[in-house]
Amino acid sequence: MRTGDQIFAGLSTGSGVLILAILAGVAAFLVVEAWPAVVAPADEVPGGAGVTVYIWPLLFGTLLSAALALLIAAPLAVAIALFITHYAPRRLAHGLGYVVDLLAAVPSIVYGLWGIAVLAPATVDAGAWLYENLGWIPLFAGPPSSTGRTMLVAALVLAVMVLPIITAVVREAFLQTPRLYEEAALALGATHWEMIKMTVLPFGRSAIIGASMLGLGRALGETMAVAMVLSVSGGVSINLISRSNPSTIAATIALDFPESTGIAVNTLIAAGLVLFAVTFVVNMLARVVINRRRDFSGADR
Amino acid sequence: MAKRIDVADLNIYYGETLAVQDVSMSIEPRSVTALIGPSGCGKSTFLRSLNRMHELIPKARVAGKVMVDGQDLYAPDVDPVAVRSQIGMVFQRPNPFPTMSIYDNVAAGIKLNAKRMRTSELDEIVERSLRQANLWDEVKDRLDKPGTGLSGGQQQRLCIARAIAVRPDVLLMDEPCSALDPISTQKIEDLITELKADYTIVIVTHNMQQAARVSDTTAFFNLRGIGQPGQLVEIGDTATIFSAPANKATEDYISGRFG
Ligand SMILES: Nc1ncnc2c1ncn2[C@@H]1O[C@H](COP(=O)(O)OP(=O)(O)OP(=O)(O)O)[C@@H](O)[C@H]1O
Ligand SMILES: [Mg+2]
Repeated sequence: MRTGDQIFAGLSTGSGVLILAILAGVAAFLVVEAWPAVVAPADEVPGGAGVTVYIWPLLFGTLLSAALALLIAAPLAVAIALFITHYAPRRLAHGLGYVVDLLAAVPSIVYGLWGIAVLAPATVDAGAWLYENLGWIPLFAGPPSSTGRTMLVAALVLAVMVLPIITAVVREAFLQTPRLYEEAALALGATHWEMIKMTVLPFGRSAIIGASMLGLGRALGETMAVAMVLSVSGGVSINLISRSNPSTIAATIALDFPESTGIAVNTLIAAGLVLFAVTFVVNMLARVVINRRRDFSGADR
Repeated sequence: MAKRIDVADLNIYYGETLAVQDVSMSIEPRSVTALIGPSGCGKSTFLRSLNRMHELIPKARVAGKVMVDGQDLYAPDVDPVAVRSQIGMVFQRPNPFPTMSIYDNVAAGIKLNAKRMRTSELDEIVERSLRQANLWDEVKDRLDKPGTGLSGGQQQRLCIARAIAVRPDVLLMDEPCSALDPISTQKIEDLITELKADYTIVIVTHNMQQAARVSDTTAFFNLRGIGQPGQLVEIGDTATIFSAPANKATEDYISGRFG
């Protein structure tokens, strides 16, 4: 091997190893720092009931807000991707795709500001309406928040934040539907929408799943937007429109860490470890699903 | 089933470019018509204008008349989706839906047209279509397996089964054997001859022997010159076209001195 090649091979192997080392380092740090909170007597942990009781509502809030965000964002992302790839005139599609990519680059603090300054006040009336008309559903049990800083609004902000990444991945997949199969469907007498159901959606299925999981990963870890928007009281609740909400792990760490000392710090790090594990699993599942798509023989024929 | 086609003064465009100029021809029901001619002369373009697939290409359009049993396909009140369900098409590359089973591939067209149908009835149609396509014996034990697991020739026969399952009036084929080995080609040619009893068939082929073997009528397309639109040079009885063509260019092309 030439010297240049050797240097390059060494550099790239080194970078790969470095990434793994950093990841392992972070995991080790989290485990080591979280351990004192796990073994500490329950009454020394913030909340006074042990680390599990402390983290569980936060984990619940994290999962609830992220899942809700995904529930809102994923169908919308698929619809937007379909519009861009199969309905919009070419120039409009181009512009739209560009805008969606730009949205992905907006810092989350801006979304947080938008959420608290615009979206929260704007949803106060809607919250009241939901309470009056659908109050029998536990999700809308109320009493409705007068500031709009609810779980629903936090989820909406998260949904807007994860929309671009899901849309971008799904759009790429839709674009790759072979023309051959679209024509086969159309030649059978399928309408445009039927053609999409027969070819584009089945082809894009695993991409949709994979992209949703990427979006979920981002929503789980989102900090600032939730910290700014959500009015928190602790506890576990599926009430989406009230002012008492569980917080999320990331937001709690950001808000509480500066004022914490001693075992409280270890407790927050333990929460961080849980979040690390959850996002890790979600991202891995996303990779698995997306990679499986590569083997899909249809794409190459 | 099996309708006649009368094309009158058909001009086919891609945007501003005229690709095929002034084609007029009649295609008899229950016959096989072969379209031959050098590459780029507009055979595929013409074929795709017979089931309104052409206009799916952005800015592509057609001027003139295509009458199927007296009904103009391009009349303003005609729904192109309905046209495509009446006129089946088989493509150059076998394209069974890879996300569907063999059974679902054959049933795809029927499910589009008749939403509600009893399973037994659907089973019957699927079996009948696969039998007609001479594929039943080879796939009857694996109807629930993906269509892409078949050989190229089997896949192409599956595509034919899919096209005839909806009992179209006309069957259009664009070089259906060009991706196949001689044995598969033979099977498809036999199949075309059998299907002629029920369908009006139009087939594009680059294979002169194939045109001579399967078709009753042959139409020779040619480019008027470089950068000029393609046009129909002559059409006639296959035996006549191959033994005593009226046009010099046809004779050159068929004898292999050209194209
Ligand atoms: N999508 C398209 N956009 C613009 N022009 C096209 C398009 N498809 C085909 N053409 C042009 O139309 C003309 C006829 O093409 P067509 O594919 O119909 O030829 P063909 O006779 O089928 O050729 P072959 O034997 O190679 O399949 C060619 O000049 C081609 O470049
Ligand atoms: Mg062609």
